[in-house]
Amino acid sequence: MQALSLTVHLPLICFGIAFPSLVLFAEWRYLRTGDEVYRTLAQRWSKVMLTLFAVGVVTGTILSFEFGILWPNFVGTFGSVFGLGFALEGFSFFVEAIFIAIYVYGWDRLKPRAHLLAGVPVVIAGITGSTFVIAVNAWMNHPRGFRMSHGKAIDVHPWTALFGNSFLWQELVHMYLAAYIVVGFLVAGWYAICFLRGRFGRYERAAFAIALAVAALVSPVEVVVGDWAARVVAVNQPVKLAAMEGLLHTTKGAPEHLLGFYEDGRVKYGIAIPHMLSLLADHSWNGEIKGLDTVPANDRPPVNVERFSFQTMVGIGTLFALLAVGYIFVRLRLRRLPRSRWFYRAVVLTGPLALVAAVAGWITTEVGRQPWVVYDVMRTSQAVTGAKGIPIGYGTLVLVYLALAAAVAWVLRRLALIPLPESVSEVANA
Amino acid sequence: MLEHLPLFFIIAGLIAYAVLAGADFGAGIWILFSKRDDKDLRDHARHSMGPVWEANHVWLIFIVVVSWTAYPRALSSVMSTLAVPFALALIGIVLRGTAYALRAQAQDGELALKIERVFGLSSVLTPFALGTAVGGIASGHVPVGNAAGNLLTSWANPTGLVIGVLSVATSWYLASVYLTADAQRTGPPALVHAFRVRALAAGVGAGVLALVGLVVVHADAHRLWHGLTHGGGIAALVVSGLAGAATLTLVVARRYEFARAASALAVAAVVVGWAVAQRPYLLPGLTVGQAAAAHETLVALLVAVVVGAVVLVPSLGFLFTLTLRGRFDHHNPLLESTVTPVQESPNSSVRIAAAAAALLVGAGCTVLLNSWGLALGVVLLIAFILLGFGPLARPPENTH
Repeated sequence: MQALSLTVHLPLICFGIAFPSLVLFAEWRYLRTGDEVYRTLAQRWSKVMLTLFAVGVVTGTILSFEFGILWPNFVGTFGSVFGLGFALEGFSFFVEAIFIAIYVYGWDRLKPRAHLLAGVPVVIAGITGSTFVIAVNAWMNHPRGFRMSHGKAIDVHPWTALFGNSFLWQELVHMYLAAYIVVGFLVAGWYAICFLRGRFGRYERAAFAIALAVAALVSPVEVVVGDWAARVVAVNQPVKLAAMEGLLHTTKGAPEHLLGFYEDGRVKYGIAIPHMLSLLADHSWNGEIKGLDTVPANDRPPVNVERFSFQTMVGIGTLFALLAVGYIFVRLRLRRLPRSRWFYRAVVLTGPLALVAAVAGWITTEVGRQPWVVYDVMRTSQAVTGAKGIPIGYGTLVLVYLALAAAVAWVLRRLALIPLPESVSEVANA
Repeated sequence: MLEHLPLFFIIAGLIAYAVLAGADFGAGIWILFSKRDDKDLRDHARHSMGPVWEANHVWLIFIVVVSWTAYPRALSSVMSTLAVPFALALIGIVLRGTAYALRAQAQDGELALKIERVFGLSSVLTPFALGTAVGGIASGHVPVGNAAGNLLTSWANPTGLVIGVLSVATSWYLASVYLTADAQRTGPPALVHAFRVRALAAGVGAGVLALVGLVVVHADAHRLWHGLTHGGGIAALVVSGLAGAATLTLVVARRYEFARAASALAVAAVVVGWAVAQRPYLLPGLTVGQAAAAHETLVALLVAVVVGAVVLVPSLGFLFTLTLRGRFDHHNPLLESTVTPVQESPNSSVRIAAAAAALLVGAGCTVLLNSWGLALGVVLLIAFILLGFGPLARPPENTH
């Protein structure tokens, strides 16, 4: 249930993190060049931003209640350790809500420079807010800053637990960049649809270039950062890595398997690349990789779910990096946007794929931690609520989310259908 | 002392939520009960909450996160036992937020009316559900433990229901007063008159309901009644009653901004009265001191709240100043075309080269090094993105 809510909230988080900076960039371009196209772009995007933020407020509220409703023992036992992260996130959310309102309602009501500045706190609060939440997740993966005594957390040091945590940084950078990829490709995908429909004036080109520039620059970096993330996991959560790779026995010079599935302790029908896993995770030819059998069978995560989601994320990420390098090459060498319709069709697909990759990434880190909710400290089954009637709640929630998605789609469509102002559309068709 | 501090934050949050978000709910209720052709009235109610309702709503999240940090055991008991009213409130919140976003894009007409009805209904459901939850806690129906209380009778009892109704009524009353004040600033005199009459009616109605509520509490929840009729509790109730009467007088005298403050005071006093009446227990048998988190956590929370307040108070002040002074009401034509374009240098090859170097070195450091070398690598990678963004985000002219 919480997984469902997180999946719904995730794209909205991505927009909360990454979209404001795109809007501000467009407005900044307008202030520098006086080009009406950018002003229109920033204004129209800011409406989308507000809509998605409003929905994000709603789904975020659901999430914060679900923590208490669904996981009372988790919150009850560890609230004092990780709650601080959410308290800080609450403040970030507050600042974001305040300045997003000032920004969107302040068009033509504040001085241009003041208006631009009013958008800056939105970007900063987006960064800090996600930092605090990811700090909580990093702590769940790598619990520090407290001791357990008779089922209670004592000797609690919340600052150390949340921010003195070596797990935080790779998770934060990885997620933060992922948000830019998701938003960049989704927005670019929309304008790629415009291209395919033969509506690709200056306005659409400007929007397309900004969005795709973000996605194309971030995608290759994300692959490198992903390598860092994998190494941190290898050191701190060897069982998770073993599940990601379907490795039963501790092995030196372990091979990497692409595709296939895990059965009876090995990967079947996969393509094995000798020594590759050791090379990737340990940076050595014969590095020792710990296997699943380092822990009892009931302490292992479901291997196939874990492998499948991990490979989905890595596969999509790699494709993105290749597409990105190709795009940058065309832009810099030929000094133009690509012309092939296939390129634009691919960009349309990247948006949904980016979301799939982001969700798969979260499944990788969450399922890989199972059966623990707090790694090596509390099992998920111990954390869950004793209340009955959860299936009813689940069904209701699904309906609510479907309605929400339909409503968002409708609003975005209405926003897109508002015709461009004359001054811009004339330039656009020239 | 330290273990009580977060409680003050929570009470402050509850007051802010009740008097700010409450008024937004109330505006929704007026929309629900307006006549079909009262479009001006509905639009006024909707527009006045536009810039502030999201910020007002965040107080609820603030209350939840402070509670679970400072009093985790109490919150987990409350949430698991009162799952039903909280789920109802959540549905209301979702519908409300969605309806608001939809309404902004819908053209006036049948569809818009339907969306407004949904908005209005959810504006009744949410404060009612939250009110019943408050009633459940206040009347001692939520025991300590994971879903230890009855899922239904913990809130669907006389006190819970009457406090639910009372929450709706106070929201309604607050909104009437605020909207009258806003109408005086922006609206035509007819609108001011319309809301003035409504404010008087809602004020009397809420007052009567509050008295009925006291009778129910007397019969149903003895501990709460005892707390409310002794010491600080009775003082708070008296303050609330006086402030309520003052609000009506001020509305009659057409001093709407003062009426706004007085009506908020009337509601705030009730929240304080509840807190005083329950002292020192959060839940039956669980005192504030017993429920509080460890010392370190409380200190950390205190630091967070103080730092947060330093950022938040001026920001909120800025938002409400802009709103109440009417800066969002009118378009300011003077501010247009004040932009002076800057000539940009088209040559960006140096930046591109620097970006490429940052990518290569950064990737090398990130993959091969640890600790500081790795950090440097990540910084370089981010530098690559920033350096590359300028040249790449500018669309080439004449593509076709």
